[in-house]
Amino acid sequence: MNELALAVFASETGAHLIRPPVGARWAAHLRAFDAPAYERQLAEHGFRFLARSAPAFPPLLRAIHDPPPGLFLRGHAGLELLSRPAAAIVGARACSGYGASAARTLARDAARAGLVVVSGLARGIDAEAHRGALEAGGATIAVLGCGIDRDYPAAHAELARRIAATGLLVAEYAPGVEPAPWRFPARNRIVAGLAAAAVVVEARERSGALITADLALDEGREVFAVPGEITSALSAGTNALLKLGASPLTCAADLLSCFGLEAAEPPGVAPSGDSARVLALLRESAAGADEVARATGLPASAVARALVERELDGRVVAADGLYRPVLG
Amino acid sequence: MLARAVTHALVGLEPRRVEVEADVYENGLPSFVIVGLPDRACAEARQRVRSGIHAAELRFPGGRVTVNLAPAGLRKEGSGYDLPIALAVLAASRQLPHAELDRHASVGELALDGRLRRVGGVLAVAEGARRMGIERLLCPTDSAAEASLAGIEALPFRHLADAVAYLRGERGPDEIEPVRIVQAMSLPDLADVRGHERARRALEIAAAGGHNLLLGGPPGTGKTMLARRLPGILPPLDAEASLEVTRIHSVAGLLSHEQPLIDTPPFRAPHHSASTAAIVGGGPGIRPGEASLAHRGVLLLDELAEFPRPTLEALRQPLEDGFVCIARAAGRAIFPARFQLVATMNLCPCGARGDPGAECSCSAQRLAAYRDKLSRALLDRFDLVIAVPRPRSAELAAGPGEASEHVAERVAAARELLAVAPLRRTAEADELLTRAVDRLPLSGRGRARVARVARTIAALAGAEEVRPDHLGEALAYRAPQELAA
Repeated sequence: MNELALAVFASETGAHLIRPPVGARWAAHLRAFDAPAYERQLAEHGFRFLARSAPAFPPLLRAIHDPPPGLFLRGHAGLELLSRPAAAIVGARACSGYGASAARTLARDAARAGLVVVSGLARGIDAEAHRGALEAGGATIAVLGCGIDRDYPAAHAELARRIAATGLLVAEYAPGVEPAPWRFPARNRIVAGLAAAAVVVEARERSGALITADLALDEGREVFAVPGEITSALSAGTNALLKLGASPLTCAADLLSCFGLEAAEPPGVAPSGDSARVLALLRESAAGADEVARATGLPASAVARALVERELDGRVVAADGLYRPVLG
Repeated sequence: MLARAVTHALVGLEPRRVEVEADVYENGLPSFVIVGLPDRACAEARQRVRSGIHAAELRFPGGRVTVNLAPAGLRKEGSGYDLPIALAVLAASRQLPHAELDRHASVGELALDGRLRRVGGVLAVAEGARRMGIERLLCPTDSAAEASLAGIEALPFRHLADAVAYLRGERGPDEIEPVRIVQAMSLPDLADVRGHERARRALEIAAAGGHNLLLGGPPGTGKTMLARRLPGILPPLDAEASLEVTRIHSVAGLLSHEQPLIDTPPFRAPHHSASTAAIVGGGPGIRPGEASLAHRGVLLLDELAEFPRPTLEALRQPLEDGFVCIARAAGRAIFPARFQLVATMNLCPCGARGDPGAECSCSAQRLAAYRDKLSRALLDRFDLVIAVPRPRSAELAAGPGEASEHVAERVAAARELLAVAPLRRTAEADELLTRAVDRLPLSGRGRARVARVARTIAALAGAEEVRPDHLGEALAYRAPQELAA
């Protein structure tokens, strides 16, 4: 149980430790550490610890340059979830409606096709990715940058609970560790490490999501970036990634094909009549209901109906008053 | 010598009988005291009454004059007691026949030259008098039209001397001046609004069904302009409603001589710096708040998220029950407050969100804090939530939109249809609603709201039942995810 002792020691000292250090402090800690008692305590709170040497430890994560000594887990899913084909979907916290809907539908389609969606439980893109996966009834893994017992940000406590019901929350930090800015880049290496491909949906120029992409690239994982408007600061990071050679992602199939998967057909019948015209218009550019009304010449009531029908089909999403078609 | 006049105090909107007793002891030391819990304005009646009686060329009794406002435990507010106090003092000093005074109630403020001035709440006082079986009310000329709405014989007088002469049987009351019905101020017209098809449609639905409406969008897109055009398409009030509204406005002292009866839906737009008491009612002397003044009309909360949260939460009771109940040490009052709530807000603190031409600079935390201002419970009260985008230049160059007049006709027709019998949903519409509940984040209350809006849409279309296309349109106006989540 050397690894549990190490993980706890690293959490307590705030050190980034991969293997046991040399020193009197570590020796004292190891002597005093009561592993069975600590494990009992973890189990009492519904947490588990998965050591790096355990067979169930995800091989992709073990393969990175600095794998954590082990992972603390929260949630009801089995350990095999960690080793299933996974894609990381990350991005800006203050995202636009476009980014939010792209993240959500991408996560939904990925989860529907059987991929595990990995992200960081942060506001914005991360949360949308988790929600999209949950919406499709798929599994999702949230990697925390704080102790496994914390919900950070607190506003996502309910989301964390829903993730725990069918998926997993993981952290390299023992219970009680406070969130701190310097822990998030370390968290990002686990996000990148768990997934075979990383998708950056929206990122500013110096975004944490770019750290995830860099780490994924370093480990030889596939990196995708969702193109955005060249004038938008929210897309500066993703467009820079594309310039550096990341694969552009314009539909879920781009991501799925790198796993050898095919996109599940969206349910529902092909649209016809008014709603087909509306959909064709939205494919040109996202628009508000009034613009749709003007461009199609339909009355406001008919436009509202057509848009809702397509929303129920999952072909259109609405955010901040703008309707946009779904990827794929 | 003792004399008595009758008037009414108001607790909220409820009139309570108050007997104004005057005792004059001519041989006592000269003094004039008012007891019976008068407030400042009421206690100052001493000066007005003394001067008013002199100005009417009557004699203010020498000696000790004591006025008691019974019941002594009830707080008396305002200047409406001047006239009954003056009459009681005159009767007690044998300048008026007592018997006549007993058969009349009275209300009004005295000017120093003896003229009678209008006061607030005359309608409620008149109703109280009628309920006590008193048939005549002496009141200032300006208040007579308002008082006669209560179904009581209002006797208007311009001057204290005239009222005294009438009670002595020397002359009749003044004529009630025929009210010059001033054309209600022309309301802003929907024709001024260009483009905004969805918001116009939402206004029409809100007017037809009495739905609460939330307009969200970047600043400067016309949210407030749209909201101000709702009263113009609402049908006028019926007789009962207009009496209710008039009573509240009377108590608040907002009626004018020119417009004693309010027969159009009131429109109130308090600023977001207003206190909770100003919005829902209250204060030391319990007064109706903006929510009650908007009874049967429209309450516009411009920049909803700028209102303090306790104020917004206090609005939940009237939104649910249609009345405000205010308990204070001085007593408990119930004010009706069945208003239609219209609110506007930006989608984020910096205001750029939802505007394709601008970039939002709000941090995730600030955005979350801004949206936290609106609780789910409050947001749930809005049947229609509409995004108002920035209009394109082509739209502004287009001709004027449909005039309020035409929209109002459709609204009135739909209201008639809705009043007859609730429209039923077809089986297909039911199926669509179930599918929507599965697919969209829609709470139980949200489902009921969509169903209600669909009924209104069906009524506007003149349909006999709620079909799927009506329900589909209703779904488009639900609260969007980013606000609901």
